[in-house]
Amino acid sequence: MAEKYKEQAVIIRQEEISYGIYSMWLKTDRIAGLSKPGQFISVYCHEGSRLLPRPISICEIDREDQSVRIVYRVVGKGTEELSQLRTGRSVDIVGPLGNGFPLKEKKAFIIGGGIGIPPMLQLAKELNCEKQLILGYRDSLFLKEEFKKSGSLYVATEDGSYGTEGNVLDVIRENGLDAEIIYACGPMPMLRAVKEFAAKKRIECWISLEERMACGVGACLGCVCKSKEKDRHTNVNNKRICKEGPVFRAEEVEF
Amino acid sequence: MNTKVNLAGLTLKNPVMTASGTFGSGIEFAEFVDLNKLGAVVTKGVANVPWEGNPTPRIAETYGGMLNAVGLQNPGIDVFVERDIPFLTKYDTRIIVNVCGRTTEDYCEVVRRLASQPVDLLEINISCPNVEEGGIAFGQNPKSVEAITKEVKKYARQPVIMKLSPNVTDITEMAKAAEAGGADALSLINTITGMKIDIHRRAFALANKTGGLSGPAIHPVAVRMVYQAAQAVRIPIIGMGGIMTAEDAVEMILAGATAVAVGTANFRNPAVTMEISEGIREYMEQYHVEDINELIGAVK
Repeated sequence: MAEKYKEQAVIIRQEEISYGIYSMWLKTDRIAGLSKPGQFISVYCHEGSRLLPRPISICEIDREDQSVRIVYRVVGKGTEELSQLRTGRSVDIVGPLGNGFPLKEKKAFIIGGGIGIPPMLQLAKELNCEKQLILGYRDSLFLKEEFKKSGSLYVATEDGSYGTEGNVLDVIRENGLDAEIIYACGPMPMLRAVKEFAAKKRIECWISLEERMACGVGACLGCVCKSKEKDRHTNVNNKRICKEGPVFRAEEVEF
Repeated sequence: MNTKVNLAGLTLKNPVMTASGTFGSGIEFAEFVDLNKLGAVVTKGVANVPWEGNPTPRIAETYGGMLNAVGLQNPGIDVFVERDIPFLTKYDTRIIVNVCGRTTEDYCEVVRRLASQPVDLLEINISCPNVEEGGIAFGQNPKSVEAITKEVKKYARQPVIMKLSPNVTDITEMAKAAEAGGADALSLINTITGMKIDIHRRAFALANKTGGLSGPAIHPVAVRMVYQAAQAVRIPIIGMGGIMTAEDAVEMILAGATAVAVGTANFRNPAVTMEISEGIREYMEQYHVEDINELIGAVK
């Protein structure tokens, strides 16, 4: 069983990097040292009426400094509370959780859409291959400069304010790009389109899913997705996103 | 100091157990909790065959609580017997298997399969609000509560706990019916049926529309029902419903619970069961309570 811990992590710094999008570096005891790209942490609220942890993907890992970075969008009261915390405050976290991306040495598309962009950053840094980074935004950009350091960057915006007007697949087509492997995280419509694209082109494709979670560790069966084959653990056609995922081979899950 | 309690003839090293459905079979939580320190582990409900459960989203947070509509997804008794029971027997804790079914025959089949297994107690779930057949359908009418209790008791080789629903007019009627049917103990309460609507999407938060409300929001309801049931029957009661702290657990014991089950709190803090168990000891020290049994139903 993969090691995981509950820790009181200290906020090293936090800033709003785009409208409603926050970046937070957390100092951990052991979690950072164990983390891999594509994994996530559970972040617990201070406010007692909010019981459930917020599953947030790991954006960057500094194993030497034992710190992890999360980049999240404020979508409700829990993330709003988190966004108000200042440097030096602590938060309870559990992690690292989930499986993470496999690191393969193949010419890759690293595709991120919206708040699915952050987990792709650590992956982009760690992959040792030809990397084409395809980022899709609604309008305002974030993390773009940091991605640029890890490979050739292609950007799409829905409103056309930057890069290609359209979505991540429009950028790929417009630039005539190809790859041997796809890694993707983003909204469901994007993931469906990427899965279809990969199937048509016969490209190996790994996607990261999300779902409402309760325990975050695989016990409550709150966050399952439909799987093509019967899952070994659940003994039905359901996989636990928090445990067997969040990263799946695109063809093994139905969404 | 004595923290041992007697539940239907079995000794528990302390009164703290896990609430079914929140802890799996302990495999995942064993990384955070020393299962040896628990009075018992109560497993996620298991049926005669695998169940896929409900569509997602299955989970929604509410103020001081949460809704779930997992729908009793489970791997079926075969896998459970091969994998989960051998895992739990490695620990020095009592094993309570929660049993679910769509029909009386389903329940009895699981109970029969468990007869030869190293399991200490059976908890019969007649109170799940999230499935169409079985579950709560058995638990909202005293006649059917008594009937299914009697049937299950015919096949059970372990003491039988009936898990009751709070979604009834008078909990004492159901408690008495289970006792009349031969139940050895009662668990209460299961979740309270609730609903949440996302006003931004103008849609139900749960795919199942309704779900079971749990967490501290329901704790006072649970305390009241445990108290009422304790006044109405002689068999022991496992109190549950929104227990977050040792104080909540002590309150439940004072209301009449012989043991307590911790559920939703596991999601807030995966190590909470051990902390509650330790906190009960601290309470006993603070008030010079020699034997925890002095506290059971001490507030009349």
